[in-house]
Amino acid sequence: MAIISTVRLWTDQDALTSSGTIGTALRLTVPILLAGMAGLWAERCGVINIGIEGMMIFGTWFGAWGAWQFGPWVGLLFAILGGMFGGLVHAVATVRFNIDQVISGVVINLFAFFGVRYLSELVYVGKPGGGISQSPPQKSALPRFNLPILSGGEIAGWKSPDFLGWLESQRWFILGDFGGIGRGLTHNLSWATVIAIIIVPVSAWALWRTRFGLRLRSSGESPVAAESLGVKVNRLRYYGLLISGGLAGLAGGTLSIVASSYYRQGQTAGRGFIGLATMIFGNWRPSGILTGAMLFGYAEGIKLVASDSITALFLFIAAISAVFFIYSVIRRKRVQVLVTLVAFIVSAIAYRTIDTVPESLTQSLPYVVTLIVLATANQRLRPPAMAGVPFRPGEPH
Amino acid sequence: MRKSLATLGSSLGAIFLALFICAVLLLVTGKDPLAAYGKILETGFTSDKFVEMLKRATPLIFSAIAVAIGFKMNLFNIGVEGQYLFAALIAAEMGTHVSLPAPLHVLFILVVAMVSGAAWASIAAFLKIVRGINEVISTIMLNYIALSFIQWLFETFFRDDSDGGLNVKTTKIAPSGRMPDLVHDRLNGMFIVALLVAFVFWIVVFRSRFGFRLRASGLNPIAARTAGIPASRMILVALMLSGAVAGLVAMPAVIGDVYGYGPSAIATQYGFAGIAVALLGRNHPLGIVGAAMLFGFLDSTSAELQLSGIPSSIVKVIQAIIVLVVVIVNEASSRRYNRRTAERAAMALKSLDARL
Repeated sequence: MAIISTVRLWTDQDALTSSGTIGTALRLTVPILLAGMAGLWAERCGVINIGIEGMMIFGTWFGAWGAWQFGPWVGLLFAILGGMFGGLVHAVATVRFNIDQVISGVVINLFAFFGVRYLSELVYVGKPGGGISQSPPQKSALPRFNLPILSGGEIAGWKSPDFLGWLESQRWFILGDFGGIGRGLTHNLSWATVIAIIIVPVSAWALWRTRFGLRLRSSGESPVAAESLGVKVNRLRYYGLLISGGLAGLAGGTLSIVASSYYRQGQTAGRGFIGLATMIFGNWRPSGILTGAMLFGYAEGIKLVASDSITALFLFIAAISAVFFIYSVIRRKRVQVLVTLVAFIVSAIAYRTIDTVPESLTQSLPYVVTLIVLATANQRLRPPAMAGVPFRPGEPH
Repeated sequence: MRKSLATLGSSLGAIFLALFICAVLLLVTGKDPLAAYGKILETGFTSDKFVEMLKRATPLIFSAIAVAIGFKMNLFNIGVEGQYLFAALIAAEMGTHVSLPAPLHVLFILVVAMVSGAAWASIAAFLKIVRGINEVISTIMLNYIALSFIQWLFETFFRDDSDGGLNVKTTKIAPSGRMPDLVHDRLNGMFIVALLVAFVFWIVVFRSRFGFRLRASGLNPIAARTAGIPASRMILVALMLSGAVAGLVAMPAVIGDVYGYGPSAIATQYGFAGIAVALLGRNHPLGIVGAAMLFGFLDSTSAELQLSGIPSSIVKVIQAIIVLVVVIVNEASSRRYNRRTAERAAMALKSLDARL
């Protein structure tokens, strides 16, 4: 926090922690976060889900259709149902018929992409504002709100002060950043965002603190042992994939209902795969997925809001690696010393020499980061042991 | 022989089942399935459409063979998409920088395409060999990295605006580097190359020592390693071969049609369609060519379907459903085949016991 505040004041890039940037980042985080949680639920029950992207596409289409016909809340429900349909197809293919999970996912992606195109041709063509690749705009949006007292929300008609906004406008060291970030997180908030954030602790609780979650995870870790203890592995995989599909559908729904007000072809733009990357980055844990989604969402947000502040981030990375460098010198970790030193030098040089980062390259950031994480921390990552391995109940193993 | 006939039979059965499912889908959405299928058959079997079918099948053959090489070793190369787009840009650009006599120039571009495709695929291979990263994940990530890398390369270095208009491309490849047409303006020589690649694929994978090792590593990696087949080298070679063939996917357009690379001129999504075709063709060259023809046939009818009031995307939906059903049927039938083999072996063992 101190570092980013220093960087902000030094480079004079207020956008780094302004409430506008953080608010945009939060909006962009939500679909990635939900897609990552969708991946988590699928892989924890033992099925790899490459089809998240396709399920999200179902979510965007059905969500937009529901919202167009009946209003945003029904739209979100339809988005979830659309995603669950994709999850059901995946479950039938992989659990019932035992076909390769990656293949099934790939086919679902294809099927979803062209399936909704077909539906658009049937439903949207000829409607005002609609066409083969987009839906008519929705009439109403989901309500948004400001948190009372902190960001100037209303309590029973009384307009409370915008405390964090005031803090942000003072531009003080650390406190100003705190104000900006806090206001970004609490100002002009959509209810869908709140729901998405709540899903993280709820998932963590359901997966790690309930009997259902224990059984579901055991179907992903060791289905044979689970079966011998009377767990109905295949049924749990159905549940897991339905939840996964529903979350992916909701992720799609937030894109077509919250982030915009109509469905557009290609709206998901690979976010299902970013979600998958986030899941790996987060080591198959809800908190890690939240961190990863915020990181990728922030990177995307700052690119949209203030693309010229990206270079300031190099300074931030340089400063962070310098801190870790000193830390690892004290702790005498040779490999870490080397890695942090290289990171420091590279980012420092990048900051001094690069004026603008081409947008085309920043797009690939989540993927590059994920590959780097996989390549450097592969030993420490722990995916569910039997994710991807088909399981047939009642057969000798 | 009996097995391959059974395979063909089950595949055809699956296709009919898929068509039936699609008919139900069409009915539910209020369209007449018989009219749609009739239109597809009616327009598909004209000589005009025959040529178009071959044209549309060409990139699918390359893409599917690229995928199949990986499949034969239990490697899932989802990265064909990135590999062929990267190769298309590099080959199109390099093709403008040399002046060679006609056949050599074409050959040069093809080789560059294959090398760049293989190079991009080798990243995934190294990540798998050195760091043990699953190629499914790495190739997905590399697809997106390739897309933005290509966009950056194109926008900063290779873009040529002299042609004007919105349809920006790289500099046009000289006539010596263009693939001659088989049917004027409608089918170029890359179709022959595709058949050639399918044949070479058959020789190399099914009839050579290398192919035997490749398939052995795919069927039983532990046994293969015990038999002295170097696992990591096989991964590298298989993925690079796959990438090399993937590099050819866009060539029918690059040297036969567009004569360059342009973001909107080179079609995307062939990598994923190739996975579907490889699955449908069961990773066998004949099957792949047949499946690519089927997809090409369906694709070629889409314009006429649109004109007669049937949403043309139904063609793509049919394709996706066919693949899903075929994969499910294949899985079920191969499981039945395995079970029967096991039973037969058990019976033989029992009769042997009785005789002793």
